[in-house]
Amino acid sequence: MAKPTTVDPEVPQGQRPQRAEPSVAATAAAGSVGWVDDRVPVSSIARKGLRKAFPDHWSFLLGEIALYTFIILLLTGVFLTIWFKPSMAEVEYEGSYALMRGIPMSEAFASTLSISFDVRGGLLIRQIHHWAAMLFVAAMTAHMLRVFFTGAFRKPRELNWLIGVGLLSIGLVEGFAGYSLPDDLLSGTGLRFVDGLVRSIPIIGTWAEFFVFGGEFPGELVIPRLYMVHILLVPGILLALVSAHMALLVYHKHTHFPGPGRKQTNVVGQALFPVYMAKAGGFFFIVFGVTILMGALMQINPVWLYGPYNPAQVTAGSQPDWYMGFVEGAIRIIPNWETHILSTTWSWNIFLPGVGLMGLLFTGLALYPFIEAWITGDKAEHHILDRPRNAPNRTALGVAGMTAYGLFWLSGGNDILATQFGLSLNAITVFMRVAVFVGPVIAFIVTKRICLSLQRRDRERVLHGSSSGILVRRPDGGYTEAHAPITQAEAFTLTQHTELPALEVSETTDQHGVKRTGKRTSRLRARLSRWYAHGRVPKPTAQEIADAGHHGEDEADHAVEPAAGTGELTSSGEPASTH
Amino acid sequence: MSLETRHHAEDHPVPDPGLVEEERFSDVDEQAGQRAYRQVIGLLVAVPVLAIAFVVVYFAVPIDATLTIFNATLKAQNLLLGLTAGLAVLAIGVALIHWARQIMGDEEVIEDRHGAAAPVEAREEAAAQFAVGAEQSGLSRRKLIGSGLAGGLGIMAIPAVVLLADMGPWPTDEVRRETIEKTIWTEGSYIVNDVNQKRLRAADLVVGQLVNAQPEELFDLHGAEFQTAKAKSSLIVVRMDPASIRVPASRQDWQVDGILAYSKICTHVGCPISLWEQQTHHLLCPCHQSTFDLGNSGVVVFGPAARSLPQLPITTDANGYLIARSGFTVPVGPSYFERNSENDFEEGDD
Ligand code: HEM
Ligand code: FES
Repeated sequence: MAKPTTVDPEVPQGQRPQRAEPSVAATAAAGSVGWVDDRVPVSSIARKGLRKAFPDHWSFLLGEIALYTFIILLLTGVFLTIWFKPSMAEVEYEGSYALMRGIPMSEAFASTLSISFDVRGGLLIRQIHHWAAMLFVAAMTAHMLRVFFTGAFRKPRELNWLIGVGLLSIGLVEGFAGYSLPDDLLSGTGLRFVDGLVRSIPIIGTWAEFFVFGGEFPGELVIPRLYMVHILLVPGILLALVSAHMALLVYHKHTHFPGPGRKQTNVVGQALFPVYMAKAGGFFFIVFGVTILMGALMQINPVWLYGPYNPAQVTAGSQPDWYMGFVEGAIRIIPNWETHILSTTWSWNIFLPGVGLMGLLFTGLALYPFIEAWITGDKAEHHILDRPRNAPNRTALGVAGMTAYGLFWLSGGNDILATQFGLSLNAITVFMRVAVFVGPVIAFIVTKRICLSLQRRDRERVLHGSSSGILVRRPDGGYTEAHAPITQAEAFTLTQHTELPALEVSETTDQHGVKRTGKRTSRLRARLSRWYAHGRVPKPTAQEIADAGHHGEDEADHAVEPAAGTGELTSSGEPASTH
Repeated sequence: MSLETRHHAEDHPVPDPGLVEEERFSDVDEQAGQRAYRQVIGLLVAVPVLAIAFVVVYFAVPIDATLTIFNATLKAQNLLLGLTAGLAVLAIGVALIHWARQIMGDEEVIEDRHGAAAPVEAREEAAAQFAVGAEQSGLSRRKLIGSGLAGGLGIMAIPAVVLLADMGPWPTDEVRRETIEKTIWTEGSYIVNDVNQKRLRAADLVVGQLVNAQPEELFDLHGAEFQTAKAKSSLIVVRMDPASIRVPASRQDWQVDGILAYSKICTHVGCPISLWEQQTHHLLCPCHQSTFDLGNSGVVVFGPAARSLPQLPITTDANGYLIARSGFTVPVGPSYFERNSENDFEEGDD
């Protein structure tokens, strides 16, 4: 055993200064851990935390990408602040980019050029920062879709869903603020757009515009203000929300997909130390490495090609960063509605697709978990994820939403679509006006059909096994396809989900103990609930599985090579062999 | 209440066979394990090599050096710094993952879950503690302190918000008249070319031509003042065949032989409009494709913009140079709440 370093063996026991006796374990631990442990009980945390289980699935990496790109943004962002000057004061460019020497521009733009051309590694960091920003929003979006489609937002994780919606919405603000900082032609055009967007808000629009810009567009305050928003206010909020998100994740523990050994009451996965730490840490470096390579190899936002902001200029085909594309599209395809009341004008043509659509998206996302729980009457905790097919209506709704989003997003490139495919711009616009309403409905119906047929296939697999592709000749001369029984593990996975019964209309309380408020509501709710449960393919019962097993024996398709794994099902539905 | 009862009664037609363990090649085959080990070490050795290369590139490659690869000219320093740093970081990541997947034991751990809800005892105890505290505070007998405090805290939001009132000038009627309702165009302003700042002579413009223009006074301004003025004063001057356009009676004297001037600022959200179609006299905004008919007083023919492009009344001076007859008669740029734009020019007006 290592000697405690603080003890001098030469000094006799009695003369040593008095101190608290360290525990055997603490003495054995490294000196510094011992030192900290005497003051803060890290061992108590480590005792419980080091071997925490983290379930593994590729889709759980999406949230990690979001987290890691956020860290990369913090690191590269701090680097950029060393040289960036958030000022709209006019200077004459004297840097090393010859094509712009002598041109008047804002200090913000001049310093962005200097980061790109005069600071060694500056361009690399700028490009990493911008690529990481694109990935950050993309990863958050994909992560949110994963959570949605697997039902991970259900009780007790609704609060974390809300935090996630907050993160995504302010992530957009953060990205937009950053995009505006360099004060190049594109970013100025984006700001002009925001100016119009803010102005369109009924009643307070002009006031909000004057307050945001410190007067008229563009003025000289908006970039310093956005800088404050971009490097202090929003990162601070994001950091707080990310921390809360992680804390809740640790408290609730990660969900896991259905599978053998996975229960509502346990969590199965790799231990935090060492496997998950190595995997997650390694993945951080992979994400970081990939963004650095993107910064090295793929040009992004070459502001020197656009030039400084000029309110009389715009480049054709100018596009915002991808995550603002859906708003851009909605703004493009809306009819030119304006209402005049007394001495006022209401610019619906900007307000609805801009502020309105974003509000609708984020409000809808925030409310969804509560709406679904209200419809199903589901009050239970859920730690096992849904396979998307087992929640056909939710999945269909999600795909419908993605379709609407995608169509709006495509509309944001209607001019590009028109030139690339030689179509009429007007025709595309009119088509999109209809498509954003019809497309989601079609997507809903098709997705729901697909989900139900996948459910049916699951049922078939459990009852009759997987088709082996082998034709077997029956004694009577006919042919049947032999079915290979599936493993018990798979059969369990396919039947692990719960099937909630639809709510019934009742005057007082229903079987879930839900208090009824009014008859009207409860009828509506029951109808929604019935619709929600309608059409789903019931999973096989133990009896059905048993019967199907006998049937299979009659057809003698057990001759086919048995499946490997934890043992196959016998006719009784019990495992034939367990080990 | 146990966790089990908070779940729906679980119905499992197939019994749970329990965790399945899978075998890994590197566990079974000693050689594969050794190989994985060597690979991890190889990756980790690459890291310092790449890091040193990064430093060498930083000091040795000039910042303006370029490289041409597949016809693309790349900035050599950016490329090499990024490749060395990127590959080094990637190597760390791949080494870690490889170690975790191939060498570390892959047994899964099973942890129990406890319901997220606070246990009933905790709730009861918390309520009891709260009652004791509430009693100690004296609030139950002297209720006014509570409401007074809540009211006081609430009302302090007002001074906090009021502090923001100076974020910008207030767009009162007067302020709006001097800002968003006004451009620097006035009677007699010379119309000059946006790029070379030369005055435009009516005789020099040919039919079908479009010129981006500004008032001459603009170029006396600088910095934010210049940008703010330019964001409203930008002008489009076009010459069209007078026989092919419709000029309403009220605007007969706003033009010079088919030379008309319009605001370049889109009435949708304010982009500078730029795409000119000579044949149709249509002007298309590149931002959201609103299209205006310059041969018909700038009315909207397509897209999300709701108001016609404001037209600037123009004439010529004694030497044939184009000048403004007056400022714009309506505000340029996007509509805003405080002004009813119903009576702005529309298709069919005269
Ligand atoms: C968390 C999410 C963040 C996002 C989504 C984001 C996004 C962006 C984007 C898109 C740009 C434009 C880059 C360009 O092409 O020039 C930008 C610029 C900038 N960002 Fe960030 N950023 C984030 C965090 C930060 C942080 C934490 C800092 C500093 C502490 C920072 C500092 C800067 C600076 C100084 C610029 C201007 C430099 C330049 O454009 O060259 N950013 N940001
Ligand atoms: S700004 Fe011109 S169409 Fe939107």
